[in-house]
Amino acid sequence: MPAKNSKVSVVSKPAMAINEHVVEIISDSGEGAQKCGQSFASIAAKMGNGIWTVEIIPAEIQPPARSIEGASGNRIRLAADRVTNGGDKANLMVAFNEQVLLGRLHADELADGAIILLESKWRTDPNAAVAKSYSNVYERLVADGFKPIEVPMETECLKLVADARRGKNMFVLGLLCSIYSLDMQLARDQISTIFKKKSAKIISANHSLLEAGYDWAEANLDIKFKIPTTPAKEPHIVINGNTALGLGVMASGMEVCAMYPITPATSASHYLSDVFKNVGGVVHQAEDEIAACAFAIGSSYAGKCAVTITSGPGYSLKQECIGLAVMAEIPLVVINVQRGGPSTGQPTKPEQGDMLTAVFGSHGDAPKVVMAATDIEDCFYSVITARRIAETFNTVVVLLSDAGLATAQQPCPRPEFSEDWLAPPIDQSPVEDGRLAYDWQLQTGRVNRIIPGQPNGMHTVTGLAHDRRSCVAYNLTVNKEGVRNRSLKLAALQKTLKTPPVFGDDTGELLVVGWGSTKGAIEEAVQRVRNDGYSVSSLHLRFIQPMASGIKEILQRFDKVLCVENNWSDDMEDDLITEDNRRYSNLAWLLRARSLVDIDCWGEVGEQPIKPGTVERVIRDRLAPRAINKTAPNRAAAGRH
Amino acid sequence: MAVRATDLLLSSGDEEHTLEEYEGRMPRWCTGCGDLAILAAVQKLCRDKQLNREKVVFVSGIGCSSRFPHYMGTYGFHGLHGRALPVAEGVKMRRPDLDVFVNTGDGDCCSIGAAHWMHATRYNMNMTVMMHDNNIYGLTKKQASPTSPKGTRSNTTPRGSDLDAFDPLAATLGMSNLSFVAQAVDWIPELLYKIIKQGYEHRGFSFIRILQRCPEFMPNRFEACVQDPDKLLLLTHKNGIELSPGLAKVYKNQKEHDPLDLVGAQEIAGTSERVPVGILYRNDSVPCYEDLRQPTELITPQLIRKGLETELDKFTIWPSD
Ligand SMILES: Cc1ncc(C[n+]2csc(CCOP(=O)(O)OP(=O)(O)O)c2C)c(N)n1
Ligand code: SF4
Ligand SMILES: [Mg+2]
Repeated sequence: MPAKNSKVSVVSKPAMAINEHVVEIISDSGEGAQKCGQSFASIAAKMGNGIWTVEIIPAEIQPPARSIEGASGNRIRLAADRVTNGGDKANLMVAFNEQVLLGRLHADELADGAIILLESKWRTDPNAAVAKSYSNVYERLVADGFKPIEVPMETECLKLVADARRGKNMFVLGLLCSIYSLDMQLARDQISTIFKKKSAKIISANHSLLEAGYDWAEANLDIKFKIPTTPAKEPHIVINGNTALGLGVMASGMEVCAMYPITPATSASHYLSDVFKNVGGVVHQAEDEIAACAFAIGSSYAGKCAVTITSGPGYSLKQECIGLAVMAEIPLVVINVQRGGPSTGQPTKPEQGDMLTAVFGSHGDAPKVVMAATDIEDCFYSVITARRIAETFNTVVVLLSDAGLATAQQPCPRPEFSEDWLAPPIDQSPVEDGRLAYDWQLQTGRVNRIIPGQPNGMHTVTGLAHDRRSCVAYNLTVNKEGVRNRSLKLAALQKTLKTPPVFGDDTGELLVVGWGSTKGAIEEAVQRVRNDGYSVSSLHLRFIQPMASGIKEILQRFDKVLCVENNWSDDMEDDLITEDNRRYSNLAWLLRARSLVDIDCWGEVGEQPIKPGTVERVIRDRLAPRAINKTAPNRAAAGRH
Repeated sequence: MAVRATDLLLSSGDEEHTLEEYEGRMPRWCTGCGDLAILAAVQKLCRDKQLNREKVVFVSGIGCSSRFPHYMGTYGFHGLHGRALPVAEGVKMRRPDLDVFVNTGDGDCCSIGAAHWMHATRYNMNMTVMMHDNNIYGLTKKQASPTSPKGTRSNTTPRGSDLDAFDPLAATLGMSNLSFVAQAVDWIPELLYKIIKQGYEHRGFSFIRILQRCPEFMPNRFEACVQDPDKLLLLTHKNGIELSPGLAKVYKNQKEHDPLDLVGAQEIAGTSERVPVGILYRNDSVPCYEDLRQPTELITPQLIRKGLETELDKFTIWPSD
């Protein structure tokens, strides 16, 4: 449907009310689709829409122009209510060229009947091959039942600026403001904010582009939507998961972050490098991840609890150091922003593949705390909690996030700072006579650490097995005492954990269990099938080790339990796979061992966070043999294993 | 009998610290091990400097030599093989009030921890690093180390090692941001003491390679040097080491070397047939990393609140009413 070529006449059309949409803006990298998408999301959020944005990032810094793999941009889910995940396929796609669009088509990211807005300049490209490619894709879209709308982005932008490549994104922002009935004043303000370091001339040019896009859409498009808004009554912050981690580090009172660059963790350190000094903190870029971890341990040992931030390969390198911190009982926070593995794997893609490595990593018996952040807000508070646990129990706390949370943005309530979040000032008071370096407490295994600078507390910590004085253990019973006490600490922490709440009914036919970043998608899927009368609930874990009490009892109240995770598990449909040789998903392994419940699992190691629609399909598949029971009776007594 | 006010205090808090106070556990090194001499020199230095024991941290890796911290009466961190330096950096970063010493072996420093060594040199944090170079892996019972001379018979090189020895002095003198390099030998206590003392007094990363005898696994390695003073070249300078008349008489090979002269130091390290002993290089003007990265304000809950609120403001959507 080539656009009508009518003159600009700004008469607002009636808008169709919808509840939510998933919008994608994609371009070659460097064309600013990211900035356009983020601005679009910010404006919608300010108006009071629920939003969740996902970055679409090519693997290379400068992928070839007009290439399928080069698609760069942003996916924005906007809705009337709060959203907790990126949603399903895109309902509207703006593409700066047909190749990047093809990439999204191949990835099966377009919903049936999705609206496609395509830059039309390629149709008449002087390079015949380009023009041909464009018309081929266009025809394919039409054949697939889409109605692509061609937009002369370049032509329109050139009326205002000399280099359309640098202005198209704001033109598109204007288009989207018209299509989704967004507040143009907010859009103008947004532009003034993002270009605030630029000249007034640049800001005004971008305002013009915005308005041109808006006017063009008003004059030429028949589509207009309105998603109801509920303006927030409380202040909210719009941040991504890695910024939330960085803010959490600042708010936790930690002073030292030692790191080595690695995708997708780096942006947390980038952010901290910029602002940590404002609270007196320092980011040390070490020579490698081993050094980063050792540096953090040194700092923690000297009384300044430190954090090291990394991802898969770097996390592997830290294992020996993590064991040392466990052994010497030195507090340490390790953040692993998981990516696709193993090895270099898929640096920019999310995966929840490191849970078991986190739980069982290092060597020997190295008990450590493992937490997983469930959403953006949780990234912030988890760091604060991690620091506190690390210092209370003098141990390692591993906090798992992933590439999905790292770049996803969501509005969350603005945190209210509390001094309780901070570590108390370091103790430099003299140590009373007779107090030992490891005064393991009988009930909890805890020790009161002695910090360098404390008179009368001199001792040498060691990674060798040691006794209460921290002297190298040359006899076996001494080693056993240390092993027991370090393990006991996790049990003591476990006693303080609340049983996680069940989402949905307490009993039923199927319980879906997840952990970390999949919470939003799983709960949305469960809600959808519950709306259809299915007896399905879900449970979501944040503490992986230790695991709160009461979980086994919950599992036992359901007929079936299914772990849904963003990691690999063998598919029982595969010929070779049997109960005997099946490799389960990470959490399923752990929960089966802990609860003796025969837990099933489903996992995906895709290119993106798990979608609610996918989880929904999996749930329906698992329940397929059963008819829908709209009026499910109380099943409290049923289905015990 | 009248009691004087001064006698009411149990301790005046300013007594002399004795040598014994700096002693820790009983050393478990072999008889004749050069590490014992290094320990004695360091304990004497701590006593002479009257260091507050609670303000001193000895950090080490893994190896015979890395047991060192256990034998001191100070704080100590006996960590992982090869990782002493990054741990020490972490200790120093936000605790400039602590005196940090590092003890590392030739395997610990020049092999598994080699990358850290290069970077630690560049960070130039204020610490005194002693590399106990016995030319062998001691703790793991005699494997060739990077500094083992070519032809060394060991458990991993039973027919003699194939490669020329790695030269830590030449290597370190080629590193960036260098601030202090010295070489000592365990068998001349006076020089050992003086060199470690200068390393300690230097503000920056003081790297001291100490040729250390391992009678257990390399019984003859340094014997010729020990027996024949002629095999050593003593570096002297008014800004470096000045020899006592006694030593000057025994060690006739002396070379006046200004520690500021890097090219001269490289020449000595790279070409001298004799084992140079003394201060090869010292540059007092290299900034220390921990100074560059100190907080500019006192860290208080108020500062953190202010910093955090400023950041949150950047991301906040305020309710519009
Ligand atoms: C990661 C790791 N690899 C290997 C070892 C085994 N190991 C312990 S000490 C050592 C070498 C010690 O040699 P050196 O550093 O020269 O110290 P020395 O014992 O000679 O003083 C080795 C290989 C270890 N502890 N950790
Ligand atoms: S093996 Fe060698 S280095 Fe180790 S303690 Fe014995 S003599 Fe010293
Ligand atoms: Mg050695």
